[in-house]
Amino acid sequence: MLVIKNLHAAIEGKKILRGISLEVKPGEIHAIMGPNGSGKSTLAAVLAGRDLAEVTEGSVTYFGRNLLEMAPEDRSREGIFLGFQYPIEIPGVSMVNFLKTAVNEHRKYKGLEPLSASDFLRIMREKKELVDIDSKLANRSVNEGFSGGEKKKNEIFQMAMLEPKLAILDETDSGLDIDALRVVANGVNKLKRPDNSAIVITHYQRLLDYIVPDVVHVLYDGRIVKSAGKELALELEEKGYDWIKKEVDNQN
Amino acid sequence: MLVYDKRKLMETDQDRIINDVTSGDYKYGFYTDIETEKIPRGLNEDTVRLISEKKEEPEWLLEFRLKSFRQWQNMKMPSWANLKIPEIDYQDIIYYAAPRQKPRVNSLDDIDPELKRTFDRLGIPLEEQKHLSGVAVDAVMDSVSVKTTFRETLAEMGIIFCSFSEAVREFPELVRRYMGSVVPYTDNFFAALNSAVFSDGSFCYVPKGIRCPMELSTYFRINSANTGQFERTLLVADEESYVSYLEGCTAPMRDENQLHAAVVEIIAEKNAEVKYSTVQNWYPGDKDGNGGIFNFVTKRGLCRGEGSKISWTQVETGSAITWKYPSCILRGDNSTGEFYSVAVTNNHQQADTGTKMIHIGRNTKSTIVSKGISAGYGQNSYRGLVKVLKNAKDARNFSQCDSLLLGDKCGAHTFPYLEVDNQSAIVEHEATTSKIGEDQIFYCNQRGISTEDAIGLIVNGYAREVINKLPMEFAVEAQKLLQISLEGSVG
Amino acid sequence: MAVNSELTELYSGIYTDNIRRIREGSTSFLNAFRDAAFDRFTTLGIPTRKNENYKYTNLDLFFRHNYKTYFIPDESDFVKAEEFRCDITDLDTHGVVLLNGFYPTINGKIRTLPGEILIGSLNEASRRFPDLVERHYGKYAKSNSDGLVHLNTAMASDGVFVHVPQGSHLNKPVQVINLVDSTEDVFNQHRNLIIVDDNADLTIIICDHTLSPQKFLTNAVTEIYVGENARFNIIRVQNEHNNACKVTHTFIHQGRNSYSSSNNLTLHGGLVRNNTYHFLGGEGAESSSFGLYLSDKWQHVDNLVSVEHAFPNCTSNQLFKGVLDEMSTGAFNGRIFVDPKAQGTLAYQKNNNILLTDDAKMYTKPQLEIYADDVKCSHGATVGQLDENALFYLQSRGIDKREAKLLLMLGFAHEVIQNIGVEALRERIDNLVMQRLKGELSRCASCMVKCG
Repeated sequence: MLVIKNLHAAIEGKKILRGISLEVKPGEIHAIMGPNGSGKSTLAAVLAGRDLAEVTEGSVTYFGRNLLEMAPEDRSREGIFLGFQYPIEIPGVSMVNFLKTAVNEHRKYKGLEPLSASDFLRIMREKKELVDIDSKLANRSVNEGFSGGEKKKNEIFQMAMLEPKLAILDETDSGLDIDALRVVANGVNKLKRPDNSAIVITHYQRLLDYIVPDVVHVLYDGRIVKSAGKELALELEEKGYDWIKKEVDNQN
Repeated sequence: MLVYDKRKLMETDQDRIINDVTSGDYKYGFYTDIETEKIPRGLNEDTVRLISEKKEEPEWLLEFRLKSFRQWQNMKMPSWANLKIPEIDYQDIIYYAAPRQKPRVNSLDDIDPELKRTFDRLGIPLEEQKHLSGVAVDAVMDSVSVKTTFRETLAEMGIIFCSFSEAVREFPELVRRYMGSVVPYTDNFFAALNSAVFSDGSFCYVPKGIRCPMELSTYFRINSANTGQFERTLLVADEESYVSYLEGCTAPMRDENQLHAAVVEIIAEKNAEVKYSTVQNWYPGDKDGNGGIFNFVTKRGLCRGEGSKISWTQVETGSAITWKYPSCILRGDNSTGEFYSVAVTNNHQQADTGTKMIHIGRNTKSTIVSKGISAGYGQNSYRGLVKVLKNAKDARNFSQCDSLLLGDKCGAHTFPYLEVDNQSAIVEHEATTSKIGEDQIFYCNQRGISTEDAIGLIVNGYAREVINKLPMEFAVEAQKLLQISLEGSVG
Repeated sequence: MAVNSELTELYSGIYTDNIRRIREGSTSFLNAFRDAAFDRFTTLGIPTRKNENYKYTNLDLFFRHNYKTYFIPDESDFVKAEEFRCDITDLDTHGVVLLNGFYPTINGKIRTLPGEILIGSLNEASRRFPDLVERHYGKYAKSNSDGLVHLNTAMASDGVFVHVPQGSHLNKPVQVINLVDSTEDVFNQHRNLIIVDDNADLTIIICDHTLSPQKFLTNAVTEIYVGENARFNIIRVQNEHNNACKVTHTFIHQGRNSYSSSNNLTLHGGLVRNNTYHFLGGEGAESSSFGLYLSDKWQHVDNLVSVEHAFPNCTSNQLFKGVLDEMSTGAFNGRIFVDPKAQGTLAYQKNNNILLTDDAKMYTKPQLEIYADDVKCSHGATVGQLDENALFYLQSRGIDKREAKLLLMLGFAHEVIQNIGVEALRERIDNLVMQRLKGELSRCASCMVKCG
C-alpha cells in the first residue's frame, strides 16, 4: 500500500532523511527504531504532509498514487493517520465537535451522508470503551489540560474513530507509564484488522512487547541501516544503538 | 529527481482561502423600498425642535435636547482612539427618517406589509406566534420603533417593554428620573449628539422582585440612505429583579458611510441582575473599505444597589469603524460587573473597543474577557480602564485580553489602564497576541479537516468563552456569523 | 498636543536669556542642533497630564520653580566631586563623576583605556573626536510627543562620553556617579553618548546622588548605540532625596544580533520619571528592560518603557516591579510596538505592584501595538498585595508574620535584582532593598541630607 523510494528530505536546508526506501503491504506492522535525531519523526511528518520538511528527492506512493502531491487532509481522508508525538492543544474546541467535523469530512470524501448527532455519539461511546478512555475527556477541549498519558490515549481514541488504513504512531509510547502503555497498546491491537497496516516509531523496545511487528527497521543518520524480524528489537534493547552506529560508521 | 516545495503549495492555497473569506458576502445588505418621511439634511436648533415636534414631546424633553445640542456645539470629536476616521460632515446627515405609517400602531394589520416582510427576511418576524418562543422584540427601523411584540404579556407582570417614544408618553416620570443619570448629555461628543437628536429606541422597566421570563430584544435596522441612526435605550431593573436583553443590528450595503451614535443606559438596583448582549452586524463596508457604518456608541450601566450585577456580552462583527466601551459603575457594595467581548475586524474594518470598570463600592468585582480577531487589513484595539477608588475596599478585577491575527496585513493592539487607589484591591490583567497556530491547523488537517474548516473551528474555540455567555438561541447565530466574517482568512 | 504654556514660557525664557553663554561653552557641532530643537520644544512644550504619556505624572510640582542653571562648570566645586567615593567596597569599576551635569577636568577630560576605549566628557569628545560624535549624536534621541527631550538637545553642554571600538571590551564596568550639590536650587540637563561598536561589549552603571538638601531638577538624555553582535548593559541606581526630581530619557538603538539590557533601580527620590526607549534596529536583536521601584512618603515614580520591533526575529522582555508605601504613587507605561515587517517577533511585558497602605496608588498601562502576524506577544499587569497563601505557608513554618512579609517582598523584588549582571552591585542592591523594606533606610544610602 505504501512504497517509499530513495526519500530525501531537509529542514531549513539541513539534510535529515538521506535516501529511505521502504514498502508496507496490507496487514503488516513495521517498527522503526533508532537513536534520537536519526530522522524518525521527520519521516512521520513527511508522510503526513507537515510542511516543515522539504522533500528534495525520491518518491512516496500510496495505493499507486503520488502521496507527496496530496494535501494533508486528503491523506487523512485516504486513510493515513498520524499519532502525534506531541499532540496539539486547541483551546475552546470540544473533542466532540472536533471529531464530529473530522468524521463527517471523511464521510463526505467517501460520498456518505454526515452522521446524525445520536449516531455519532453512539459510535463515540463504543470506541471510548474499546480504547478504555475516560468519557470525561470527550467533553473537554482538544488536548487542553490533558496529562501526557491522556493525550496519547486520546490519539488512539481518534484513531479508533477514523479507522485508518495506515496508522503511523510517532513515539506513542514516550512519556507513558506502564499502565498507560498497556492501554495504548491494547487499543492499537484491538483496532488491528487483516488489511490495515501500521508504522510504529519508537525509541524503546518495550512497546513492541505489546505490539508485535512483522519487520523492525533501524534508522540512523537519515537512512535505514538494518531491517530484520522482531528479534532485532530485542537485540537493540540488549546492546543499545552503539554497535549499529559503529557498524555504519565503519562502512563509511 | 523530484523537487517538491510543499511550503509554496500551502501558501497559494492559503492565499486562495483568504480571498474566499475576505470576499464573504454580507447577507443583510438589501434595501426596503418603502415610503419614508424624512426631514431635510443638516443640524441646527431648528432640527432639534423639529424632531421633538414630530415626536409630540413634552417641553422638558425638548429642553434636554436643546441643552445637549448646545453642549455638543462646544465639543470636539474625540481623537484619542486608535482609529482613522474620515472627516464627518454633520450637516450632510438626515437626522430623522421614519417609514410612513399610522402614528400609533395598535395591531399588526396597521403595519405596512413591506415592513413586515423586511423583518421576516432579517429573521425577526413581528407576529408573536411566529417568533422564537420566549423572546420579545422591539423592532426599530431608522428613526422609529415599528412594533414591540409581547408587550401585553409582559405588562401583566408589571414589566414595561416598549419603544422609547411610547415610554416618554406613557411613563414620563420614569423616563425623567433615569434618562441621563448614567450617561449625562455632557459625557462625550457622541453622547451629546445623541441626546440632542435621538429618535427612538427601547425602554424597559422590570419591577421589584420580578424575573423577566423571556429574553427582551431590540432589533435595529438602518434602511434609508444618508440617514444617521441615533437610538437610545434605557433599562431599569428594580430591586431583586432579573432581565436578559439582546440587541441586533443590520443595514443595507451602500457606498457611503452612515453614522450610528447610540446611547444605552442601564440601572440595576439592589440585588438586581441585567444581562445585556449585543450581536452587532452593521454593514462593514466592502472589501476595499468603501461604505459601512460608523458605530460610535456610549453604553454604560450603573450598579446602583448593593449586590447588583450588570453583564455585557458583545459579538462585534460589523461596522466599518467601531468606537464602543460598554462600562459598569460599581457603586453598590458587593456589586459585580462583567464584560465579555469578541470583536472581528476583516478587510478594512477598524475597531477600538473595550470597557471601563469603575469600582466605587466595597467588595466589588469585575471580570473582563476580550477576544480580538484581526484579518485582512483590519485593525483591532482593546482599550479598557479598571479604576479602583479609595473606598472600594477589597475590590477584585481580572482581565484577559487576547488577540488573534490572521494574515500579515492586519493589526492587534491592547491599551489597558489600571488605576488602583486602594491597597486591598487585587487587579490583574493578562493579554496575549499571536497568530493562529500552524500546528493546530495541521493537526486538524491530519484528521481530515480542511484548512478553512480548521480555522472556523479554532476561531470559534478561541471565542467560546464569550459566545457561551450569550443566550442559547443567539450563541448559534453568533457562531455562524463569526465563521462567515472570517471564512478562510488565514495567511 | 497639550502644552503647559506658562511653564513652556518659563523654560523658553531660560533658553533665550542664556543661549549666548550656552553657545560659548560648547562646540559648533553641539550648537548646530540647538535652534531646531528649541523650535520643537516650543511646539511640544513641557508635558502636562493631558499628554497621554504623562497622564499620571504632574511635573508642575518640580518644574514650577526658579532654579539656578549652570552653563559653564565651576571648577572649584569639582574638588568635592573628586572626594566622593562610592561606598560599595567590592565594586571594582572604571569610575567617572559628573557634578551638576558637568565632567570635571582634574584627571584630563578624556581617558583612554586598554582596547582604545574612550571615557570622558561629551563636550571634549565633540572637539577631539568630531567624526565619532557626529556619526551618532542626535540620531537616536527623537520624540514626537515629549518636549523635554528637545529642551535637553537645545541646552545641553556636557555629559559622559564612552566609546568602545569594534571587538573591544573592558574587564570591569564603567561607573558614572551623578552628583548634584549646590548651595542653590539647581536645574541641570546633561547629555550622555555611549557608542558600543560591532562585536564590542560594555556594562555601565549610573548612580544618582544628591549631596545637599536644595531642590534639584534634572532632565537627562542618554543616547546609546549598540552595533551588530555587540552586548550592552546599563544599570541605573537612583538614590536622591525627596526634594529632587529626576527625568531621564534613555534611547538604546540596537543593530543586528545585538543584546542590550537596561535596569532602572529607583530606591529613593522625590519625583522620578524614567523614559527608556529600546529600538530593535536589526534582525535577531534582543533587549531586556527591567525596573524596580520602592517608594514611600509623597514620592512618585513613573517608568515609561517603549520597545520598538522594527526588524524580523527580535526578542524583547520587560519586567517592572514596584512596592509602594505610605502616600506614594507609582506609574508604569509600557509599550511594545511591532512593525509590519517585524515577523517572528517575541515580546513580553510584565508589571507587578504591591500596595502597602490605603493611601498608596498605582497606575499601570501596559500596551501592545502589533502590525505583524507571526508574533508571540504577551503582557500582564497586577496590582495587589502579598499572596496570603504564601504568607500563611511561611507562618506555618514558624516564621513570624512581619518577617514572612519581608521575605516575600524581598523575593518579589529579587526577581528584578537577579538580573543585575555585576555581582557586587547585585548583593549591594539586595541589601539596600532589605534595609529599605525594613524601614531602616528612610533616607538614601551615602546621603548626608536628612530629607525624610
